[in-house]
This record gives sequence, C-alpha cells and structure tokens, in this order.
Amino acid sequence: MELLTYPFFLRALGAALLVSITCGILGTYIVSRRIVFIAGGISHAAFGGIGLGYFLGVSPLVCAACFSALCAAAIEILTRRARMRIDTLIGILWSFGMAVGIIFVYMTPGYAPNLTGYLFGGILTVSYYNLIAMGCVAIGTIFVFILLYREILYLAFDEEYATTRGLPVKIISFILLGLISLTIVISIRVVGIILVISLLTIPQATASLYSNDFKRIMLMSVFFAFFGCCAGLILSYFLRIPSGATIIFSLTVVFGVLKMIDLIMMRRRRSANLAQGDGMCVG
Amino acid sequence: MHWFQPRAGGKGSSMTVELVKMESVAAGYVDKIILRDINFTIHDRDFIGIIGPNGGGKTTLMRVLLGLIRPLAGTIEYSNDIFSRGKREIGYLPQFRVVDLQFPIRVRDVVFSGLMSSGGIFKRFSSDDEDRVYDILARFGVSHLRDKTIGDLSGGQMQRVFLCRALVSSPRLLVLDEPDTFVDSSFSVDLNQILQDLNKEIAIVLVSHDLGSVLESVKNIACVNGTLHYHSADEGAEHIMESMQCSFRLVGHGDVPHTVLKKHGR
Repeated sequence: MELLTYPFFLRALGAALLVSITCGILGTYIVSRRIVFIAGGISHAAFGGIGLGYFLGVSPLVCAACFSALCAAAIEILTRRARMRIDTLIGILWSFGMAVGIIFVYMTPGYAPNLTGYLFGGILTVSYYNLIAMGCVAIGTIFVFILLYREILYLAFDEEYATTRGLPVKIISFILLGLISLTIVISIRVVGIILVISLLTIPQATASLYSNDFKRIMLMSVFFAFFGCCAGLILSYFLRIPSGATIIFSLTVVFGVLKMIDLIMMRRRRSANLAQGDGMCVG
Repeated sequence: MHWFQPRAGGKGSSMTVELVKMESVAAGYVDKIILRDINFTIHDRDFIGIIGPNGGGKTTLMRVLLGLIRPLAGTIEYSNDIFSRGKREIGYLPQFRVVDLQFPIRVRDVVFSGLMSSGGIFKRFSSDDEDRVYDILARFGVSHLRDKTIGDLSGGQMQRVFLCRALVSSPRLLVLDEPDTFVDSSFSVDLNQILQDLNKEIAIVLVSHDLGSVLESVKNIACVNGTLHYHSADEGAEHIMESMQCSFRLVGHGDVPHTVLKKHGR
C-alpha cells in the first residue's frame, strides 16, 4: 500500500487506466473487423517516427504519432487506389518502418539512446505530459464511439453492404485508423512498440468468452485490459522487468486460465446434454 | 419524358416504369475491362435471373447496379421510384460466404443496419424504425431470434435475417447474389416462394450460377459474359441455347421442369 504514495506509481496507474479504456474500445473494433495485422503494421512503423524524432531532436512520441498516422493513411489509400494486397503492403510498411527507425538512431550523433523503453514499455516512467496525451486520446475515442457507435458497428460488420446503404465508409474508416495510430503511440509508453498489439487483442479475446455483443465486449475488454495492466505494473515494479513483458504475461495468463475454465464447462455441459438425450436417439 | 416523373399511383400502369436503365455501360478496372456495351433495363416488378460463367461479369454488373463501382463508360439512370427520403433504396442480399459469421452482432442490429438507423450508443431508435424492424422479422418468421448472435443461427435462418435487412427499408428493387449457395436445400424451396410473393410488389434481380434453381420463378433471363444477352419471358421453349457463351446443362431424374432459351442473336 505504501506504493500508492509514490507519485510515479500513481501516474503509472493512471496510464494503465487511460490506455486500457482506449485499447479496450478500439481493440474490439480491430478484432471484430479482423484488422489486427493492420494495427501491428502501424505500431511497428511507428518505430521509424521514434528514430526520426531522435535524429531531429524533437519528441520521439510526437514524431511516432505523425509517422504511424501517415502509415495508416498509406494503407488505406494504397489498398483502395493502387490495388495492392493489403497483407503484402503491411508486411512492407511493418519492416520498412523498423528499418527507418534503426537507420536514424544510428545516424544520430552522440551515443545511441536507450531504446528498451520504446520497444518493451516503461510504465513506471510515465510523465504528466504522457498522461495528458493519453487522457486526450481516451476522451477522443470515447467521444467518437458514443457518437458513431451504430455506424462503426455496421461498417465493421459488412463494409460493402454499408457502402450500398450510403454510409460514408471511407471517412469513418479514416477516423478510426487515425484513432488507432494515436492509441498505438500512447500505448508505446505502457507496453512498447513490439507488444502493442497485445492490448488490442488479448483483452478482447478474453471478453469474447463471455459475450457476443459488440458493446459488452468493449466494456469487458476495458476491464480485462486494466486488470492485466495493474498486475503487470506490480510485477514490473517488484521484478524490475520492462512493463510490456509483465503486462502481456498477465493478460495472457488471465486469458489462458479463463479459456481453460470455459472449455471444461463446455465439455461438462456437453456430456450433461448427452446424458439427458440418452435413449432418445443414437447417432 | 416519363422517366423522371414519380410513379403514377395505379398498379396497372406501374408495370412499365423503368426503375434502372443502363445504356452502353462498360465496367471493370483500368487495366481490365470486364463488361462492355451493356444495355440493361429493369422495369417495375421484373424478375430477372442473371446467369453466366464465373468471371463473366455477373458480380461486376451487380456492383455497378448497386453503385459500388462507377461505370467506365455509358450511363446508368435510376428512376425517382428508387429513391426514398433522398436515398437510393436498393435491397441487397450479398453472397452468403462474404459475411463474417463470427462477428459479435445481434440479429436485430443486423436488420437495423438495413435502415442505417444512425444514432449513438445511448440513443434509442425512432419508434418508426423499430416497428419496421420488428414487423419484417415477424414477416419472415424470425422474431424469436432477434436477440441472438448472427453466428448462432442456421444457414436458412441467417439468409432470412439478411433478407430482412435487405427489405426493411421497403425498396422497390431487390438484388440477390447467389442466395441459395452454401445454404441448406430446404431454404431454397422456401426462397422460391418468398421471392414469388415479393415479386407481386417489387422488382427482383437474382444473380446465380445455378440456372435450375432460378428458372422456377424468374420471368426473364440475362446472360452475362462480357456482354449481356436478354431473354424475355415469352421466348418459346423450342430453341436450344447452345452458344458457348453461356451454355448450361440440366441434369435431373425424370420430370425436371425445364425451359430452353433462344440462341443469342448475332
């Protein structure tokens, strides 16, 4: 409990909450629409922005935000206009972004900066400035989803059909991709570039065990994400391991345990059903 | 020109209304033109079966019709009758396999998406929209499923729900893309009846590679293979369609009802 008196720990808790809200909501859209790979591409491409930030001497995270937003736009435009296969394109951007990052970091004069925090997360080092950025993105995400919930649901379910019904599919897709880029950048502080996808997929997978409703999956994902972040935060503090690793470890353990329970319950229910139907039909 | 005038009220006169009219339409991609010189008119209460080989442009024609792609050349005009509340209302039943069956969405929300009822997460629908959705669910006998997730339904139930989505906005034209492929056969029988009932009120365009299932109910047939050949309902059965462009076989045991179309005119 003494931990709660440290300002850095409170900041870390705040970051965990804000990032969980954003990732829980947007991750549900990402998982439902099956664009996890796009989110992965954008997050790794963000590394290019971080490298560029170091090279130019400006904030790496601001640079990363611009870089990943550009990548998101490139994915959206090139797949629609240049008729490129989306997974190929993402494969290219994914690795190119990382390469650009490494090139810039090594071109930067002076000693090479410590990149561990960006790659694997460092939730214990979150600043007030980071917290404010996270808060803005969280509020923006909540705002967009409250306002456009139905449109987002229809678009994610069946884009072509939504187009035939006159929904501004491209605009909404762009808004959501923009939010995804920002979310990825604010999550870098918490779980790191390499592990960002986890916050956008594991809580949703856990939530999907208990609900088939888009809205409920969003709310439960926020809860599971926050739980995993807090557990990971404590592990990170005591074991002195980058928070990204401990958070993903916690998220996955929670998912694994609940999934096992779910499987066992399902098997039990099935055998109960079979016993009930015994003698009525064989086949 | 009667084209842009709103529909005259009488039921008899509406038979001649041209709902959609394509003139010398070409479509496809810049590097690959799939359809050329398509002249195609859909009248009110038409029931047109679109057949043709895979890759022949059936889907492209449908996408042009639905406004999903712009024609590269030619014109496509929609009658005022197609519009309602300033929106183009064409009911659309996509191919069964393109739908993500694991998506977490409830049946009634699927049908609501047919109205594109907007509104945020907290906003309730207008009672008018709700009435439409529940009425159409009842009409297709799937009211009891409305709170289920789409993936929990059987194939036939799902197609009924997607028909509800297509029809909830009361369109004057319904477009179906291979509605009975990959769905249980009992649904095919029901579908024929459903479509014949619907056709008393609205025009239907049915895309299918399975001519046998189409023939029972359609009035006219359009063969699409790069170009379009139209076979009207009153064509006699004495002509054998042996053109390579859209040949087909009827395989069956004994009393298979069959229709034989004229050769494509040269």
